[in-house]
Amino acid sequence: MIKYVDEYRDGEVARHIAKRIATDVRPERTYRFMEFCGGHTHAIFRYGLSDLLPPAIRLIHGPGCPVCVLPIGRVDGAIALSKQAIVATYADMMRVPGSNAMSLFRARAEGADVRMVYSATDALQIARENPEKEVVFFAIGFETTTPPTALAIRQAKIENLSNFSVYCNHVLTPPALRGILDSGAELDGVIGPSHVSAVIGIGPYDFVSEKYGKPIVISGFEPLDVMQSILMLVEQVNSGRAEVENEYSRAVEGNGNARAQMLMEEVFELRDAFEWRGLGWMERSARKISAGYSEYDAEIRFGLITSSASDHKACECGEILRGIKSPKDCKVFGKACTPENPLGSCMVSSEGACAAYYSYGRYK
Amino acid sequence: MCLAIPARIVALLEKSRALVELGGVRKEISVELLEEAQVGDYVIVHVGYALSKLDEEEAMKTIALFSEMDGE
Ligand code: SF4
Repeated sequence: MIKYVDEYRDGEVARHIAKRIATDVRPERTYRFMEFCGGHTHAIFRYGLSDLLPPAIRLIHGPGCPVCVLPIGRVDGAIALSKQAIVATYADMMRVPGSNAMSLFRARAEGADVRMVYSATDALQIARENPEKEVVFFAIGFETTTPPTALAIRQAKIENLSNFSVYCNHVLTPPALRGILDSGAELDGVIGPSHVSAVIGIGPYDFVSEKYGKPIVISGFEPLDVMQSILMLVEQVNSGRAEVENEYSRAVEGNGNARAQMLMEEVFELRDAFEWRGLGWMERSARKISAGYSEYDAEIRFGLITSSASDHKACECGEILRGIKSPKDCKVFGKACTPENPLGSCMVSSEGACAAYYSYGRYK
Repeated sequence: MCLAIPARIVALLEKSRALVELGGVRKEISVELLEEAQVGDYVIVHVGYALSKLDEEEAMKTIALFSEMDGE
């Protein structure tokens, strides 16, 4: 038995929670809940949770997959950098298609030095080992991957590692959720990303209940966590409450991780606006490297100008990320577009809605 | 890249690094983002960094909540 895992995967208990949800739902209505985070999308498909739930519960996949929301222009930016420097990045970023079906993977096949890393510290190590070359860490992710990037930048400064820089694409969860709610998505509640809350705490979601009058439950990633969170949402909806609740109290403290927050404050500042795939330009929704560390900003060092580029014509990732369409609405899903040969970003990472649909065969 | 499962710290190493066991596999990670870490702690690991510790008491409470569902 793996502690903190097996206890949260018991199929018998899952069915009990499902039964309780089925008794609680009111026959005259539907409950539309968005799971913001791709980790939840993955869990829902992997464990077939939709099959356990009564039809009144509609799960809508959200934009919480960092690979999926990065617009093509930023992928093109990384490919451009790979012509001038060693580019280090997380494995998922290798296959994301940029313009003209180009990807970092293809750039590497054509001779660029692109390396997959597990962690930002590995990118630092590449810089130490290649002092005569420029090394750029192509950093992406929400608040969970941001503090590690901050540590790497700070460490580079301590070591005076002048050949290291970061192409920063870190984005923020709360503005994206606000963007979704503003876009008029019809939602009755939100399954909130919890590892993000392990960093930023729970307070940043107060607006969901206060301004938009929607319930949100910060949920763990095991199947029973997701089921329990859905039950908590149903109960809130039924009693007319709209609160921020924490199902994942074993890993998330109300205030989050103060040390990680301080680091992010020190090394980054908010961008005025950032373009997201599907959600468009959103104000104060992403971070850039702060003035005190600007010598490590690859965009400044290489004078990189990111331009907007359009997605593959057939790709519906944009609508899928806004919760308006589902992967099965895409004509090329599973045909021209597969995880081996993705046309859009939602098919790349296992947290992407298209990849999850595809891998777990729940599209038939 | 964001999927994470709980890992158990099996040894503390130099420079805020630690050896963890994660589903039977051992891996070196950083505990620099934690206030403090001890052997035996369970942590949530993302891209090579422990982001938070798991609280046993809270974990028990959640499990108890699940079993309240039993027989209802
Ligand atoms: S199946 Fe492929 S092309 Fe279609 S929406 Fe998904 S990622 Fe885009």
